[in-house]
Amino acid sequence: MDKILVRINGKDYSAEAGKMVLDIATENGIYIPTLCHYEGIKPQGSCRMCTCMIDGRKMTACTTPVTHRMVIETQTKELEEIRSTIVELLFAEGNHFCPACERSGNCELQALAYRYKMMVPQFPFEFPNKQLDAKNSKILIDHNRCILCKRCIRRKKEPENPTWFVFKGRGYKTQIAVDHEMIDKEFDDELAQKAMDTCPVGAIIRKEKGYDVPIGERKYDKDPIGSNIEKGAKL
Amino acid sequence: MSKKITIEPVTRVEGHGKVTIHLDDNNQVAQSRLHIVEFRGFERFVQGRPYWEAPVLVQRLCGICPVSHHLAAAKALDVIVGAGTGDGLTPTGEKMRRLMHYGQIFQSHVLHFFHLASPDLLFGVDGDPAIRNVVGIAMKHKDLAVQAVMMRKFGQEIIKATAGKKVHGTGAIPGGINKHLSQEEKDSFLNGDDPMNIDKMIEWSLGALEFFKGYHAKNKDLIDEFAAFPSNHVSLVRKDGAMDLYHGVLRGIDHEGKKVLNDVDTQDYLDYIDEEVRSWSYMKFPYLKSIGKKDGWYRVGPLARMNTADFIPTPLAQKEFEQFKAYTKGKPNGMSMHMHWARLIEILHSAEMMKELLNDPDLMSGEKVVKGTKGREGVGLLEAPRGTLFHHYKIDDNDQISMANLIVSTTNNNIPMNAAVESAAKQFMNGQDKITEPMMNAVEVAIRAYDPCLSCATHALGKMPLEVKIVDKNEKVIDRKMKNG
Repeated sequence: MDKILVRINGKDYSAEAGKMVLDIATENGIYIPTLCHYEGIKPQGSCRMCTCMIDGRKMTACTTPVTHRMVIETQTKELEEIRSTIVELLFAEGNHFCPACERSGNCELQALAYRYKMMVPQFPFEFPNKQLDAKNSKILIDHNRCILCKRCIRRKKEPENPTWFVFKGRGYKTQIAVDHEMIDKEFDDELAQKAMDTCPVGAIIRKEKGYDVPIGERKYDKDPIGSNIEKGAKL
Repeated sequence: MSKKITIEPVTRVEGHGKVTIHLDDNNQVAQSRLHIVEFRGFERFVQGRPYWEAPVLVQRLCGICPVSHHLAAAKALDVIVGAGTGDGLTPTGEKMRRLMHYGQIFQSHVLHFFHLASPDLLFGVDGDPAIRNVVGIAMKHKDLAVQAVMMRKFGQEIIKATAGKKVHGTGAIPGGINKHLSQEEKDSFLNGDDPMNIDKMIEWSLGALEFFKGYHAKNKDLIDEFAAFPSNHVSLVRKDGAMDLYHGVLRGIDHEGKKVLNDVDTQDYLDYIDEEVRSWSYMKFPYLKSIGKKDGWYRVGPLARMNTADFIPTPLAQKEFEQFKAYTKGKPNGMSMHMHWARLIEILHSAEMMKELLNDPDLMSGEKVVKGTKGREGVGLLEAPRGTLFHHYKIDDNDQISMANLIVSTTNNNIPMNAAVESAAKQFMNGQDKITEPMMNAVEVAIRAYDPCLSCATHALGKMPLEVKIVDKNEKVIDRKMKNG
């Protein structure tokens, strides 16, 4: 693979051509927040959390391949404000009640809210009337918490095969749906856990396993989101 | 001219309530009521949620004794996941939960006695309201205030070690617990630097009892006669009759000590207890079906537990229990202010239980969860600090809660608190044409003895400045007094 040179936050890094800006930043210990991105799934750049200044334009780091002499800014005041606003909007448009949610401590949205020190959102809460869909024996979908990142849909059964999850409805009525009979037939505990892990929030929940990780041992209890990447920063 | 006195809200209790007292033309108390004016609706909005969420969700009823709701819900769900009806958990699961529970009883009772009730004892029911509060205690009785803070902290640390957080943790899950106790945690509780160790907690618990008994000896009128009345008493007891705050069978006795609930299985509570709704309060009125609505009301809480239990299974608390029982010659004790005495004995018992559990190796290893054949319905009862707490859930085919019924400790004490209000009002207000602050406080002292958690009882939240209105029979306000909570 050809090696090229990119400048991130004023420092030059060697990078493999064709890789995404997000990957190069991560490799070099620079954390760029994401929500719709998930390792191993083709990126789509829909949540805009990873928006960076790339050659003077605001572009998503997960879908922009690096080019030689590319100049990237990952953490300006303006970018942080954009990201903070995105997080606040997601909280305002759903029903995210962290205190009783079993993904609390393992939730990427909550972890980002902590990162951006979100106290009181600047937007009014929508309090949409959303339901819980629990008609199969392995997983339930809590539409109150879904941020429509599509990670569950984009995670294919096999590379060329369809997924268990689909979008239904349009516009603000869009929500994920599953074929419950197929889930009952095909899901084992491992697949159920994978489905839950793929979801960045508490919208896909493995049934009857809640709260089995004690407070203090959950993913973000000790290490805030992004800290694992930042620990690997190359000096 | 007849008058209506309103005390709203009642202070130094958990939650938001008001009292109305009607005086007749001769300034005699004609009617008194404790109204609970909050509504939250937990029983309704948990419907549809996945059942394993209930212990974490319903504990939000309260910030003072969330552990009680957390554990009662978990106990009900134990039944649903096939982990037995109170005796099916692994030793680790049950003992960790018990430690959590005794930590909770300890801190909640300490909070009530020292922070909420002691100002009335130390400064007098008619003391200056400016200092008759926890700040006054801190200023005038610094050692006591430090004890109060440190004892509460100890209980809270026990909760954190077992539930993950001091308030609103996640430790109890259906079928067991989600963590062990670490060696470091165990060592800190058993051998922590003074005063943060269990031996100091036991010493201070004994000291608090001595303080109360000394006060009692000098103030028999207040402690023995204030808001004293006979009633039925209900609590859980261990099958052998021992006090057990975590699990047991339901026992009820009448004012003479005759059993009116003969050690019944908690899963069958609906066969024995019903609730009445009255138009003037959001809090329901439970009663024993066998006796009926009129006379079937009962007291729960520390006093009831002293009355129903045959013995306390820890040595120091048993010694105190024997003194307590001897005071009424073994007869059921109906003196509301003896609730404080009983509460202090339970503080000592909880400290002794914590010490016993902390020395138990089962807490540090072993299976945490057990599950069996799944059911659709479960009942979980325990003795919360304020009395017997009932949680009852049904789930549907999709694991979603379809029914929840909570009978909270304070709800059980609804009529007794009303009786205490009436008793205090008659004692202090009969024949008086001017209502003074000490008279109002006397009514509150009667309510406060029950350590009511009105938030839990109606499943509500509030803050409480105090307002008293004197209203003539045409509902015209002729006098009004207000103080901040």
